[in-house]
Amino acid sequence: MASNAAVPFWRAAGMTYITYSNICANLVRNCLKEPYKTDALSREKVHFSISKWTDGKPEKPTLRTDSPEE
Amino acid sequence: MLRRASMLLARQPILAARARPFSTDLPAAPSADATFTEAWTKVIPNMDPPKTPLSFMQPRPPTPSSIPSKLTVNFVLPYASELATKEVDMVIVPATTGQMGVLPGHVATIAELKPGVLSVHEGSEVTKYFVSSGFVFIHANSFADIIAVEAVPLDRLDVNLVQKGLAEFTSKLSSATTDLEKAEAQIGIDVHSALNSALTG
Repeated sequence: MASNAAVPFWRAAGMTYITYSNICANLVRNCLKEPYKTDALSREKVHFSISKWTDGKPEKPTLRTDSPEE
Repeated sequence: MLRRASMLLARQPILAARARPFSTDLPAAPSADATFTEAWTKVIPNMDPPKTPLSFMQPRPPTPSSIPSKLTVNFVLPYASELATKEVDMVIVPATTGQMGVLPGHVATIAELKPGVLSVHEGSEVTKYFVSSGFVFIHANSFADIIAVEAVPLDRLDVNLVQKGLAEFTSKLSSATTDLEKAEAQIGIDVHSALNSALTG
């Protein structure tokens, strides 16, 4: 069967499909004309807080505002 | 060893064809469970039974015996629904295996999309979108679901930014060291050259 079929170059370099797809989408968004470009980039911004847990207790949370390139 | 493998492969489809029909050929699941509604009305006669997600969904129409005249397209993005059950004559999708034209009666297919131009043909008008990547599911009953992460009409793209990006990624590819950097640069080149040919072609 085709279990050893040629994999796409990004899969061979260790990238997952989601990473590849998000990179493609970001590149397309960066090539948009002006009002659409700011709309698209602001639509994709995320803002969240993360806290690591140790011994069943949360540590101090960190706020992250990731731009879509990250 | 190869002869036995081919015998096994030949045997499987016969069993599979009897045991597993395509999902479009099965009768639609009933949207309300009769025993649940009876039990509910016995205990709470005043309130209506709660609606389940299945009752909000329209079941997919079964495969007609003759090829329908129009293709029904659902084109969705994560943040918007571009086309919802729109009846068109043909769509041309940029599959990884090349530009694929989908007409009513197309064989059921799942195709992965590469960055390229999607064109929707309805009568004499053609609407083109540049799709970054995604999938297209063509069902046996001439319904096509196109899902894309990002799709923009061609007139929203800026040619100068595209050419700048292409030059930038070409230089990144020659200066890349790790496999990952090379892959990212190659992706950049692929996407920008597809954008370029979409805008100039």
